[in-house]
Amino acid sequence: MDTESTYSGYSYYSGRSRGSHRHGERSRDRHKSRSKDSRSEKSVTINTPPAEPLLGDSAVRGEQVQDDNWGETTTAVTGTSEHSLSQEDIVRITKDLEDSVGLDCRRYLTLTLAVILGLLVFLTPLAFLVLPHLLWPEKLQSCGTACEGLFISVAFKLLILLLAVWALFFRPPRAGLPRVFVFRALLAVLVLLFVLSYWLFYGVRILDSQDENYQGIVQYAVSLVDALLFIHYLAIVLLELRQLQPCFSVCVTRSTDGEIRHYNLGQLSIQRAALAILEHYYCDFPVHNPALLSASKSRAAKHLAGLKVYNVDGPGNNAAAGMAHSQSRAMIAAAARRRDTSHNELYYEEAEHERRVRKRKARLVVAVEEAFTHIKRMQEEEQKKAPGDVMDPREAAQAIFPSMARALQKYLRTTKQQHCHSMESIQQHLAFCITNNMTPKAFLESYLTPGPTLQYSRDHWLSRQWMLISEASVTSGLKDGTVFQLKCVDFSLVVTTKKIPYIQMSEEYIDPKSHKFVLRLQSETSV
Amino acid sequence: MSFVPGMPVSVVVERIEIKKLCQGDNLILGFSIGGGIDQDPGQNPFSEDKSDKGIYVTRITPGGPAQDAGLRMGDKIMQVNGWDMTVVTHDQARKRLTKKNECVVRLLVTRKSLEQAVKHSMGSCQRP
Repeated sequence: MDTESTYSGYSYYSGRSRGSHRHGERSRDRHKSRSKDSRSEKSVTINTPPAEPLLGDSAVRGEQVQDDNWGETTTAVTGTSEHSLSQEDIVRITKDLEDSVGLDCRRYLTLTLAVILGLLVFLTPLAFLVLPHLLWPEKLQSCGTACEGLFISVAFKLLILLLAVWALFFRPPRAGLPRVFVFRALLAVLVLLFVLSYWLFYGVRILDSQDENYQGIVQYAVSLVDALLFIHYLAIVLLELRQLQPCFSVCVTRSTDGEIRHYNLGQLSIQRAALAILEHYYCDFPVHNPALLSASKSRAAKHLAGLKVYNVDGPGNNAAAGMAHSQSRAMIAAAARRRDTSHNELYYEEAEHERRVRKRKARLVVAVEEAFTHIKRMQEEEQKKAPGDVMDPREAAQAIFPSMARALQKYLRTTKQQHCHSMESIQQHLAFCITNNMTPKAFLESYLTPGPTLQYSRDHWLSRQWMLISEASVTSGLKDGTVFQLKCVDFSLVVTTKKIPYIQMSEEYIDPKSHKFVLRLQSETSV
Repeated sequence: MSFVPGMPVSVVVERIEIKKLCQGDNLILGFSIGGGIDQDPGQNPFSEDKSDKGIYVTRITPGGPAQDAGLRMGDKIMQVNGWDMTVVTHDQARKRLTKKNECVVRLLVTRKSLEQAVKHSMGSCQRP
């Protein structure tokens, strides 16, 4: 019944666009529904002769007529691809409006917190060194050689710390995760506590008592910078190194067409694992093509459309749940007994489609090869000699494109990829191939097989908004048997995790001199 | 004993009758065979013509029934109980020799020394 609900959506849109034709369609469909009823009576169904309940209950009848209509309007596949794009556009626009307000706020908040913490961390050692000179300059011992040496070490360590923090933390954020990144938050808290405890000690022991031993103060500042460098080392290990060792093997399945890929991940939280998987998704999975799924949907509609369940006992029967259950059981039994020839149709349809695709492909390959023979790269010497009909790559592409355009368009239509490639993008690709001395086969490869989503124009990166659906908390780590879903507008990716087992490896030593062979004379049997 | 495929073979043969010995559940003859049309004839140490794919006796168990009956190592078996052994696979030969319902096998075997013996006797017998 799920397919019927999606169909209702499609039929609603197609109905909306063809408002003028709607009434005409209705009357035509009523005729068709009558003939369909007579067809279904021949097969084994839970069927009754046209009896009282049907004629008497006008509401039920109206619903049934509408049911038939919906079945009819969807089998006439009227440009679902166009409508699906418009539906996605609408959803995308609304989502863009939503997220631009909420997420930016959070991003700026974390950015400001990070900047404040960074400033605190960098200015603290400098403050430790400068404050005694400001507050009690007369009492302070003068700085000897060792002390001045320590100044150099503080300076360089601060510089190294600055570069390290810039390298690790000041990278453009690549994603907005739903929950806070636990390790980063812990590290920030640790650094804050650390710096505060140093300030506390400094304030009590040095500022209050106005210590004169300046070398001690400088050494104290140096120890602070050393400890900060060690915290940075801890940050590298926790944030970058820990998840490098593969620990789990995840299996990612796309819900619409069943594409499966497997990846190895380390010990990550669910949200970070989801991010890693999405980055792999864009390069490994072939692009999602909704046009290829329409065939199975129409078949599913045909399965359900042939059966009708009539309520013989009249409405208002008690135990409604039991009725529904027995109705569905009856439908399943009837469907099993019905002599269904849809497998035959599928087989021949697929064979025919494959043949058509191969024929179109052959024509396309020949057309492209021929088109490529019309242009040739001009050498350096020739360029000086004949400035006659010289073209740059874009013009050359435009010159040879018309001879292959028709074959290419027919091929794309047959393989239902025509919405992925626009004329402009094809010409651009052709110019690119000509510039880089590629063969016709290299040019065609991106049209013959559906590539990963990265290959197509930015319009096809429709889903940058992903929703993580998980039963466990998304900041908890991956475990054996974790299942979660990444949902976007058109489809969802279902991810299951398995732990990589502990591998016990043993060794066996083979002496190189032990490889000895004899000829086997003939197989000998004793009788 | 030159062997031309497709042409009839004429050799001097010796008739040997071996009674199978009952050893537990098996009936054994006391020798090992090698060769066959599915084997590599080039590795046969006993054949004169290295393209001969016949069945040869490769080993005789000392004191076994085959040795007592007069079988020698290097003999080529031409027939077993009337069945031809010149164009058989190794497995078919084994089966012909190890039939459980036969207690006696009558072999026709040939060896180089037989030819020489015949020539010698023909040569020594001078015709008038």
